Amino acid sequence: MAPILELHALKAFYGQSEIVHGIDLSVEEGGMTVVLGANGAGKTTTLRAICGMVRSEGEIAFAGKRLDRRATEDIAALGVAHVPEGRGTFVGLTVEENLRLGGYTRLRNAPENIERMYGYFPILAERRRQQGGALSGGEQQMLAIARALMMEPRLLVLDEPSFGLAPRVVEDIFKIVERIKKEERVSVLLVEQNANLALELADHAYLLETGYVVASGSAKALADDPQIRRAYLGY
Amino acid sequence: MHELLQQVFSGLAAGSIYASVALALVMIYRSTDLVNFAQGEMAMFSTYIAWTLVNAGLPFWAAFAITLIVSFLGGMLIERVVIRPVENAPVLAAVVVTIGLLLIFNSVAGWIYSYTVQDFPSPFPDRPLFHALITTRDLGVIAVTLIMLVLLFLFFRFTSTGLAMRAAAQNPASARLCGIRVGRMLAIGWGLAAAIGATAGIMVAPVLFLDPNMMGGVLLYAFAGALLGGITSPVGAVVGGLIVGVTENLVGTYLIASQLKLTVALALIILVLVFKPNGLFGTAVVRRV
Amino acid sequence: MEKGSAAIARTSVGIERPGTTAAGTWRWAATLLAIAIAVVLPFTLRNYHVFELTLVMIYAIAVLGLNILTGYNGQISLGHGGFFAAGAYTAAILMHRYGVPYWATLPPAGLICFVLGVLFGLPALRFEGPYLALVTLAMALATPQLLKYFDTWTGGQQGINLVKPVPPAGLGLSQDRWLYLIALVALLIAIRVAANMLNGRTGRAWVAIRDQPIAAAAMGIDTARYKTLAFGTSTLFTGVAGALSAIAVGYVSPESYSLFLSVSFLVGSAVGGISTIGGAIVGGFFIQFVPNFANDISDAAPWAIYGLAMLLCMYTMPHGVVGSVKPWLARLAQRTAAQRGAAERQDQNDGRRTP
Repeated sequence: MAPILELHALKAFYGQSEIVHGIDLSVEEGGMTVVLGANGAGKTTTLRAICGMVRSEGEIAFAGKRLDRRATEDIAALGVAHVPEGRGTFVGLTVEENLRLGGYTRLRNAPENIERMYGYFPILAERRRQQGGALSGGEQQMLAIARALMMEPRLLVLDEPSFGLAPRVVEDIFKIVERIKKEERVSVLLVEQNANLALELADHAYLLETGYVVASGSAKALADDPQIRRAYLGY
Repeated sequence: MHELLQQVFSGLAAGSIYASVALALVMIYRSTDLVNFAQGEMAMFSTYIAWTLVNAGLPFWAAFAITLIVSFLGGMLIERVVIRPVENAPVLAAVVVTIGLLLIFNSVAGWIYSYTVQDFPSPFPDRPLFHALITTRDLGVIAVTLIMLVLLFLFFRFTSTGLAMRAAAQNPASARLCGIRVGRMLAIGWGLAAAIGATAGIMVAPVLFLDPNMMGGVLLYAFAGALLGGITSPVGAVVGGLIVGVTENLVGTYLIASQLKLTVALALIILVLVFKPNGLFGTAVVRRV
Repeated sequence: MEKGSAAIARTSVGIERPGTTAAGTWRWAATLLAIAIAVVLPFTLRNYHVFELTLVMIYAIAVLGLNILTGYNGQISLGHGGFFAAGAYTAAILMHRYGVPYWATLPPAGLICFVLGVLFGLPALRFEGPYLALVTLAMALATPQLLKYFDTWTGGQQGINLVKPVPPAGLGLSQDRWLYLIALVALLIAIRVAANMLNGRTGRAWVAIRDQPIAAAAMGIDTARYKTLAFGTSTLFTGVAGALSAIAVGYVSPESYSLFLSVSFLVGSAVGGISTIGGAIVGGFFIQFVPNFANDISDAAPWAIYGLAMLLCMYTMPHGVVGSVKPWLARLAQRTAAQRGAAERQDQNDGRRTP
């Protein structure tokens, strides 16, 4: 399978500070790639660079097109859906309005897409007229993922979906992500600190440490590697 | 009692004007975090355009429609060219830019059209109605404002662009992730605000008479009304504007005429703000630390 | 405790303590040179130009007051013209009604404006951002009207005519030059006082409140007290400037203290650099000279040119002249210091090589 996303010698900056120091990374089409690492490793910065939210140098190729000089909204319109750290919910708007906004670039299919999202996340259907800010953390995460899927993306970028959520809720969300991966035929790039769950689901994995890729390979290989197990999986 | 009602109704008519300009101010504040001090002068300039068209022989409502379109485009252009360079600069720089814009519009209008006070035609005849409680002109002004507000409400509530604009104002980063061109939404916001201002200017010109300084007082009252209602609330802007209109009229009739009227009216508004520092409908900014 | 604060003082706002670093020595020399030029200047110019420069300095003191409140403490004011008027009329009434000599009107003017500022600052604590703008705006609008209303004291619409100060005999100074020197001394004192305050605990508290009010309160800073103090200090400066303007111009009237004056102060502050002391002087120049230049350029629409000038200043230097120049100078200083450090290390290495 050809990679749908390829990063080559990518450097990413916050202001003057270089956070990511020239990494190579790829996501296979139809597969799920996870990027692991501790706090401050540069995982979120990498995702932000892909979506044009921070300054970067190097190549970012998505389905044959270069992303690196494009604006965030153009990248989104091309088919990259980013579920940001902290969900990015429109707290002043209703659940249904949040979903409609996700479908802004795919207006024609929006009504049926919304129904499909309610199928994946029945709780959102229940709360469709409530304000986004009134939802719990887990519900907001589901809303964020649903909103991203409304864009009919080819690549779904998930930034720490488990952040701040209770373990039971995290399990539910990951189950849905797995289901989405199968049914929606979308490639997934996942950043997670919860390495256990992530490695179970993913096909490939990268390990980032202070802005460098220190390990990469199939998810199973990384999960079996004793050094990584000790450092990141706790056993 | 009869006189009181008369004053209330005529205050509502003036208040409709203040409500419109206040709404324009709130719209821009929500999307750009900026009080557009040039809103009044932009409206005045639009009114001069309408005046030119009417003098050239166009029927009133045709001139009105064309002026709205021109003002809309002009507002978009101003956001893109004049305001965008300072959108990410310190707020004070943007404030100074709007003040500069105010001076430019005022001065250019005086240069092109001179400072002579002009008559401006009203589409509504000025006849008393309902036992002289209200004039047809005032009723017309209130009606036009009401129609405009309804149209705006429908636009923001039910159209995709309206929704996108609300999203862009609330959370520009997330809006971009949805593929929304936030810059374009801001421009449309300024365009709409300019069109609203133009409507207000055209409605008020028959009463205040057209001259480059026509909108100075209106802007002040609108600003006060927007803050009274809560600078982040469109509903508040309308309610605040109406209250200010009625208050101004009542103060002018029963308390103090002429110049001190403005001071007294503002003092009353500030008194209310002392008890509600974020306005009647405003929400306190909850900051998480 | 005090030693620790003194150590921190060097890193924050305002002017560095001179003589401590190479940059500090440069600054000291530049300041002395500037003062020397300022003292000599009036003797090389015609009286009218000297008068204009006097006004520049008076406006600079007023803008410095605004910088303290809005730049360093983050409370916006569209009403400083009102405090300027309060100072001016205090001086005028004292001189006209009570025969107080001109130089003795400055302290009372300052004190009265300080008290007014504190009285204003207390309720102002409730308001933020555009709300505070409205409240101060209302004051600016009320000022000319109130001045006309209390006409027994203020002379109403006619205003008050004053006798301009006579320079001391034997110095051979013209009236304009004498006024210039008074204003210069006042400006230097104002800058010195402001610098001391801004470099000290008060200044640090003000900046803390501006940038992180919640954290500041959590650290034990009495935000209410400091914010009120900022208001009072700010209006004190602007009030003294107002008194000086009454003395220098020799006339006060309600029309001179309109909303436009308040707006001019704000614009001057922004153009100079609102969180700087030097910016006040740039602001003074802007307020005094740009409207005149605008008039020269366009007879028909001078205010359009003035507005355009404001736009251009904000596009090119959104942090004001001094606000933009300072970081550039700091980078330059860093680079030369780095080069000098590299050169010294080179010399050391060379020294080590020769046996």
